[in-house]
Amino acid sequence: MTLLRIALKSARFRKTSLILTIVSIAISVTLLLGVDVVRKEAKSSFVNTISQTDLIVGARSGPTNLLLYSVFHIGSATNNVTWESYETIAERDDVAWTVPISLGDSHRGFRVMGTTEDYFEFYRHGNKERLSIKSGTVFAEVYDAVLGAEVASSLGYNVGDELIISHGLVSADFAAHDDKPFTIVGVLERTGTPVDRAVHVSLAGIEAIHVDWQSGNRSGLQLDAEQALQFDLTPTSITAFMVGLENPALTFRTQRDINDYSGEPLSAITPGSTLAEFWRTISTIEQVLFVMSGFVLIAGLLGMVTTILSTLNERRREIAVLRAIGARPTTIVLLIALETLLIVVAGCLAGVALLYGLLAIGGPFVADRVGVDILLPWLDSTQGLILGAVIVGATLVSLVPGFIAYRRSIQDGLAVRV
Amino acid sequence: MTDAVIELDQVTFRWPGHAADTVAIDELHLKSGEHLFVRGASGSGKTTLLNLLAGIHTPTTGEVRLLGTNIGALSPSRRDRFRADRIGVVFQQFNLLPYLSVIENVLVSCSFSNRKRDRATSAGTVEETARHLLRSLRLSDDLHKAPVAKLSVGQQQRVAVARALIGGPEIIIADEPTSALDADNRNRFLDLLFQEVAAQGSTLIFVSHDPQLAERFDRVIELAEHDGQREPAT
Repeated sequence: MTLLRIALKSARFRKTSLILTIVSIAISVTLLLGVDVVRKEAKSSFVNTISQTDLIVGARSGPTNLLLYSVFHIGSATNNVTWESYETIAERDDVAWTVPISLGDSHRGFRVMGTTEDYFEFYRHGNKERLSIKSGTVFAEVYDAVLGAEVASSLGYNVGDELIISHGLVSADFAAHDDKPFTIVGVLERTGTPVDRAVHVSLAGIEAIHVDWQSGNRSGLQLDAEQALQFDLTPTSITAFMVGLENPALTFRTQRDINDYSGEPLSAITPGSTLAEFWRTISTIEQVLFVMSGFVLIAGLLGMVTTILSTLNERRREIAVLRAIGARPTTIVLLIALETLLIVVAGCLAGVALLYGLLAIGGPFVADRVGVDILLPWLDSTQGLILGAVIVGATLVSLVPGFIAYRRSIQDGLAVRV
Repeated sequence: MTDAVIELDQVTFRWPGHAADTVAIDELHLKSGEHLFVRGASGSGKTTLLNLLAGIHTPTTGEVRLLGTNIGALSPSRRDRFRADRIGVVFQQFNLLPYLSVIENVLVSCSFSNRKRDRATSAGTVEETARHLLRSLRLSDDLHKAPVAKLSVGQQQRVAVARALIGGPEIIIADEPTSALDADNRNRFLDLLFQEVAAQGSTLIFVSHDPQLAERFDRVIELAEHDGQREPAT
């Protein structure tokens, strides 16, 4: 009978308390790994909010500000970009495509974004994924609107419904473009990006509702929807635009050119690096989460040591018997360390299994609700390191009960103290 | 001199920080096959004496020689090895590991000692030897695979004897093995113990506070409370 078999049989004899210990370790391991998985998925989902776009151009401002209002629809632009500047840059030889963005209006708390059909062609998120239409089509007419998934689901809109756009970012009846209702022609699939929360209309539509407005107020001129179509609906200015380059390797050269553009002060940012930079500023939260789950793990390990220490009293006889048949004090320590190791390895395996189970069950739910695809990744090096640290840490911690058992076994000798 | 199994010479043992010796024995010689009865009330240093004889403790002064080996001169791990190979121990109660079956409790002795295992395999497999021992101790085959909790106290003590005897150690130490048994069981237990110890030719050291048992032993020593050995009675 090997020591391992004795340890296994002894552990099986005390299985209830040991199973509870394994469960508590499994839960803390799941938590620790889960935080790490979610953290990484959230980061990659965030950093990939917009992909394949080489530059975003807007009026001169800080990169974060430009990124926030153009991509996340948070805050507002300090200034607009004139249509002439947009056209000049769009016609550059090194520019493959551009997508103009015009922001400023809203519908019941959701931002309205004026753009062109190219937006649906060129906007990519995640792993180069295109926007796809869940129902209906993209807009074709001036008064057509395409809704993000979140807008449609939270407001209960379907293709064919009409909506009224409010002027500005607060819904107010007095500032509603209620004379020019839009028809919903399409609803997009959920993406997990700010696209879900936007109402997309054509640039011409944005122009049409503002034909009879001046400086943010209704002018005396009252034009109905049909009459507005008679005007030239080419915008005079836009909020920002996305740029795709012929050769992305030359991004920085084009970026420098745009930043030095003489017509008006412009800023061009590379979305990927700005997103990554922005993530770093908010990554304190993930560190806090990580530290917290670390504490949960420490609590789990302390619980394990407590359990082992409390069984040590009832195991005093067992230890005396083993000593009597020739076990060395170090064998006793080994027996206890071995048991701890078995518990922790079982706890880690159960924790990993629990994590995968949760991801398999919860993944589709999260993908549906939040749009973040949580894959079932193999454990990466960080997570492997976490597991290794747990096992090594626990084995070190087990030396405490091991040492106590050692001292007792020397003191007690053959006396079975009950 | 060569057939002396146990020799104690001017042995004292004192716990660190204590004023008096817990054990003080001037001289004790036991020859192979002799049966010694150690009588003493609790607190008389019985347990300490057993720990000295089993090589758990080493004497503060004097020499404990077992089978010619000065135990005090061995390293702790050599003493553990010596005990595993040469000594079998039976406790008062709670002798058995509750998570092992009856036969596993006997066999576990051999997993700590190659010598015992080798000697136990001289006439068949270890299992056969263990079963044979259990049968001679009146533990029938249907009990061998049973969990120890199913056994009566008397049966458990006999399993403990089988464990102490397997592999034929030269020294058997029994610490009040009968105190949990009633008079009938006690006598039957002693009969079996003597029979099997005699069959192996082991030297038996039997500790008890019960003076009635003393008459069955070759030699008797009495430990006084808090004070070493009194006059050896014979």
